[in-house]
Amino acid sequence: MSLNPEELRYTKEHEWVHLQGETARIGITEYAAEQLGDVVHVELPEQNAEFEQGEAFGSVESVKSVSDVYLPLTGRVTEVNATLADNPGIINEDPYGEGWIVNLQLKDPSKLEGLMSHDDYQKFLSEEA
Amino acid sequence: MKSKEGTVYKQSRKGRQGFSINDRAVADKNISDYLPKDLIRTNKARLPELSEFDVVRHYTRLSQQNFAIDTNFYPLGSCTMKYNPRINEETSSYDGFANTHPWQYQHTVQGNLKLMYELGESLKTITGMAGVTLQPAAGAHGEFTGLLCIRAFLENQGNPRKKVIIPDSAHGTNPSSAKLCGYDIVKIPTGPEGIMDVAAVAKVMDEDVAALMVTNPSTLGIFEKNIKEIADLVHDKGGFVYCDGANMNAVMGNVVVADLGVDCLHFNLHKTFTTPHGGGGPGSGPIVVSELLEPFLPKPVIKKTNEGRYVAEFDRPQSIGRVRAFFGNFGMLVRAYTYIRELGPEGIKQVSDMAVLNANYIRARLKDHYSLAFEAPSMHEVVFSDKSLKGTKVKTLDVAKRLLEFGMHAPTIYFPITVSGALMIEPTETENKETLDEFCETMIQIAKEAKESPEKLTEAPQNTFRSRLNEVKAVREPVLREQW
Repeated sequence: MSLNPEELRYTKEHEWVHLQGETARIGITEYAAEQLGDVVHVELPEQNAEFEQGEAFGSVESVKSVSDVYLPLTGRVTEVNATLADNPGIINEDPYGEGWIVNLQLKDPSKLEGLMSHDDYQKFLSEEA
Repeated sequence: MKSKEGTVYKQSRKGRQGFSINDRAVADKNISDYLPKDLIRTNKARLPELSEFDVVRHYTRLSQQNFAIDTNFYPLGSCTMKYNPRINEETSSYDGFANTHPWQYQHTVQGNLKLMYELGESLKTITGMAGVTLQPAAGAHGEFTGLLCIRAFLENQGNPRKKVIIPDSAHGTNPSSAKLCGYDIVKIPTGPEGIMDVAAVAKVMDEDVAALMVTNPSTLGIFEKNIKEIADLVHDKGGFVYCDGANMNAVMGNVVVADLGVDCLHFNLHKTFTTPHGGGGPGSGPIVVSELLEPFLPKPVIKKTNEGRYVAEFDRPQSIGRVRAFFGNFGMLVRAYTYIRELGPEGIKQVSDMAVLNANYIRARLKDHYSLAFEAPSMHEVVFSDKSLKGTKVKTLDVAKRLLEFGMHAPTIYFPITVSGALMIEPTETENKETLDEFCETMIQIAKEAKESPEKLTEAPQNTFRSRLNEVKAVREPVLREQW
């Protein structure tokens, strides 16, 4: 089931975060997916890998380009979306649902407040364009 | 004409062949008398069987499907697809060049050594630099070699440092080369004018920075006018300025890069100096360096003795070592030298002038039909964004595909990545006005079609050997092996 975009937090690099308890789910936004075009390959991190906020943890490749995906918050990878290996196109079809990328154990969940709200992100997008 | 050409394997018929061997003068021998058993294959090699005529037709047809600078306009930005004069092929095939061996004694190949020496001197004169190596086999290899020299110099001082500053419009090879040399990349954004911002460099420049890599003119086709000021900032903290010389076609003869504070620069002989590329290659990426870096150049370095002999000097204790077997891609050096000697200093300058004029002619004719990425004056290439296509059903890719139907190669698209839907057009100096006009009129027609009949773009190309390809399927479900 797709998450409600209005309830997510966002980064300027077009990742979204959904917090549930201490676990955060990360994906890329619909806007990012559309800009990339058809996704053909996703490079995923190892389970239990740890990353700092802002560090590249994987990449998304379309026919047009390869883009790094940055971790919105510091944490440890608890689960990766294995479906992406065989069916990377779900990032285009359902970026807020089936197309999620990783689940994270956050080091400091309160840092979430530092990310953009849905409204802020929409405003950011209109300024970008 | 659509291509239905199968591979030689598909065309193979059992027993069909191009020759027959009769009346052999030598008796048959048994192979097991000569080779150990485990080296002898037991199943027959599945080689294709075709008549000589079939083979001739097959490869002739394939050659006609090539898109080449020798047949059509090729404005592939950043690649400098200019005409490669035929005289280059003649000189490089002279016996003395083509049929010598790199292991010959130096006194038997004085001409070859002289050519390398003279070419090196020319490249030094063009840039005002102190040292040169012709070894690197391509541009990125030159970047790597240059950064190794910088690293060697810094290590020799006791601290190799940690970082390299690179603007976000750089060729992807810049960060790759720096990373391979063990440096972390500090990316700085392009300023609003499309060039590096002095303040942005000042903010990240410190004594951990080994070098700043700059492409000038940049990949946006804009001259980095603050380069001297930026170079001073870098030098003040003990860093080096590396210049990606991919775009020398726009400035050689007019700008002496040493005066801009550049410490090291690579040339792409296969772009700027008319050696073949785009499938023809191999490339060649000599670097020139400042006096400080000269002792660290790869060895051997070609020198001229007081007696007028030419020697490959190996006794260079601080050298980073070899980066390429023998002397680099020597055949390319002969071609580049031929080109430089054909043109002379005046001709070299004229090349830059014409390259800039041609790009600006296209810019002037297309700027009301496509959106200029930046207002700053263009050098040898002009970059448009996809802003004018917003609201239509077409993307930059579709414009590129439609151009193919008019027998023109597409410009570079979606690079630099800092420009939305970039269209990067580099006509080069070797195109005449009629060709430029034909291109511009076609582009104007395509801009009109984008609004009025977008399907002409989104379904293009239809009249080429291969029509519109399904690029997504090609990557998601690649067919990498043919069964026959």
